[in-house]
Amino acid sequence: MSTTLYDKIWNDHLVDQQDDGTALLFVDRHLVHEVTSPQAFEGLRNSNRKVRHPNLTLAVADHNVPTTDRTEGIADQESKIQVDTLEANCKEFGVQLFGMNDKRQGIVHIIGPEQGFTQPGTVIVCGDSHTATHGAFGSLAFGIGTSEVEHVLATQTLVQKKAKNFRINVNGQLPLGVTSKDVILQIIGKIGTAGGTGSVIEYAGDLIRSLSVEQRMTICNMTIEGGARAGLIAPDEKIFNYLKGKPMSPKGDNWEKALNYWNSLKTDDDASFDQELNLNAGEILPMITWGTSPQDVITIDEKVPNPQSESDEDKKNSIERALKYMGLKPDMAAKDIKIDKVFIGSCTNGRIEDLREAAKILKDKKISSHVSAMVVPGSGLVKEQAEQEGLDKIFVNSGFEWREPGCSMCLAMNADKLKPEERCASTSNRNFEGRQGRGGRTHLVSPGMAAAAAISGNLDDVRKYQN
Amino acid sequence: MQKFNKLKSIPAYLPIVNIDTDMIIPKQFLKTIKRTGLGKNLFFEMRYDDQGKEVNDFTLNQSPFNNSKILIAGKNFGCGSSREHAPWALLDFGITCVISSSYADIFYSNCFKNGILPIILEEEKIKELSEYANRKEEISVDLEEEKIIYGNNEITFQVDPFKKKCLLEGLDDIALSLKKSDKIENFEKDLINKKPWIFND
Repeated sequence: MSTTLYDKIWNDHLVDQQDDGTALLFVDRHLVHEVTSPQAFEGLRNSNRKVRHPNLTLAVADHNVPTTDRTEGIADQESKIQVDTLEANCKEFGVQLFGMNDKRQGIVHIIGPEQGFTQPGTVIVCGDSHTATHGAFGSLAFGIGTSEVEHVLATQTLVQKKAKNFRINVNGQLPLGVTSKDVILQIIGKIGTAGGTGSVIEYAGDLIRSLSVEQRMTICNMTIEGGARAGLIAPDEKIFNYLKGKPMSPKGDNWEKALNYWNSLKTDDDASFDQELNLNAGEILPMITWGTSPQDVITIDEKVPNPQSESDEDKKNSIERALKYMGLKPDMAAKDIKIDKVFIGSCTNGRIEDLREAAKILKDKKISSHVSAMVVPGSGLVKEQAEQEGLDKIFVNSGFEWREPGCSMCLAMNADKLKPEERCASTSNRNFEGRQGRGGRTHLVSPGMAAAAAISGNLDDVRKYQN
Repeated sequence: MQKFNKLKSIPAYLPIVNIDTDMIIPKQFLKTIKRTGLGKNLFFEMRYDDQGKEVNDFTLNQSPFNNSKILIAGKNFGCGSSREHAPWALLDFGITCVISSSYADIFYSNCFKNGILPIILEEEKIKELSEYANRKEEISVDLEEEKIIYGNNEITFQVDPFKKKCLLEGLDDIALSLKKSDKIENFEKDLINKKPWIFND
């Protein structure tokens, strides 16, 4: 029978299939961070259980870490306790940890690929919804809750029910200035934040294949914002070249064996999907979010919606609520939205190509005098690479702050946050109420669009600053 | 885990769609290393003003809804992050049953790990039940029978049999999976032969 890529990975990880449809699935790779793991380790301790496969587990502190000078440690006591607890737990249970001062430290979804821990055809989980990122490598990667983290630590398996197959085909070429961030925002706008609920989305089509590994990660990363737990892209030469020689990638004989298997990871030509969506890449424009849900998208040339033109009562109410929170007027042009802050970073757009894209726009330019802006590289290695390329100087010369790696203002668990009513152009993934700080207002954009907004002082069209 | 069987309560109604996990429990409360004590911070930003005073207009601050065990809400409840702090906060507040027309996947499965029953009903039934919140009348939930009883009416709902069993019996699913240790071991042995690079050692 013809099968999809998701079917193949699923079938290859079945430890046990129960009659009621639930299955026990083997987990090849488990990423752990400080926020969603303390209660899981405590559970193990209370039940006298061990971590079944410490060598299939990798931990890093990312959500709470300061992005300013770290030599003094973490000032916030609660954050410090959580990071210290992770360190103690990893020591006790024999799990490898990249500590706060390790050069390899960074956002969990950036270090996995960077180290070659993320591999095609594997099942990867983490107590974080953006685990979907790793699907760019053709792995089945999804976020889990803390109880499930404990389950994986103890058993190296997870109880799951099979999801539906959903394929999104994107064909054609992206216009100049349009990036994979715009593609995924467009997709979320089309399917809505619950559009992928209960499904695994496979991204296909010639546009997807033409994207770099990092651009693919941006798309898979925000799959969760469309409600699907996992996004997948069939692995190809680009993926194999990316992984070759990475510290945790297979070596020698194993590399050849792995490659042989990885090459088999694709959806059969005649496999059927429960749902399909086709998009023309050529019609996608630079996107922004205007509201408090990632589905609230418009192009930079459009106006924010007017609740009066909405007939559905629920939709009307939620537009009104979002406009009020965001401090915006109906029918206001996107380009008239003045901003206070710019944040470039996160597991969505904190990789080297993202920084290059923003730096290209910022080179020899200054940011607007009323804007404060920062770049938070996704990992210590991204930071190092950017510094070797001189990108840090471009950012600093334009008026950006150049920070240490971590999740930072994507969710504002550390000291980096918006003040009430402050408005931010952000390359992160969620524009929920209070996400970047209580009362803070977030507009999700691509790195190039964030750079353009920083220069103009309002949301603006990145194409204006491109040759 | 606390068992779930029957429940009777005046429901609280939040007529908001896409209630995300940042709304349910904002990030500043994720710094805890415990599962308990989050109830006072449930819906923090809607529940308290900038000075930390309770917002009187907010449903869960009003009697009798401050004691509701059942929460009725708009569609796509619990979207956003994987934080289990969201069901922990609901549970600590006293809510052990949520009724909505749809949920985000991770939140939905997190509920069952914590003795919370998330019920899925059609939108029109939600509207009907919300009237009971408006009139401050009790409704009953019976998991064994898979039905909600309100006034002289009842509605049936569906729940996955395995999840239902775990809730009814308060089962620890790690213990259940560990009973399959033989199968896990066999899988691992096979894996070492078939994909030797996975174990990386």
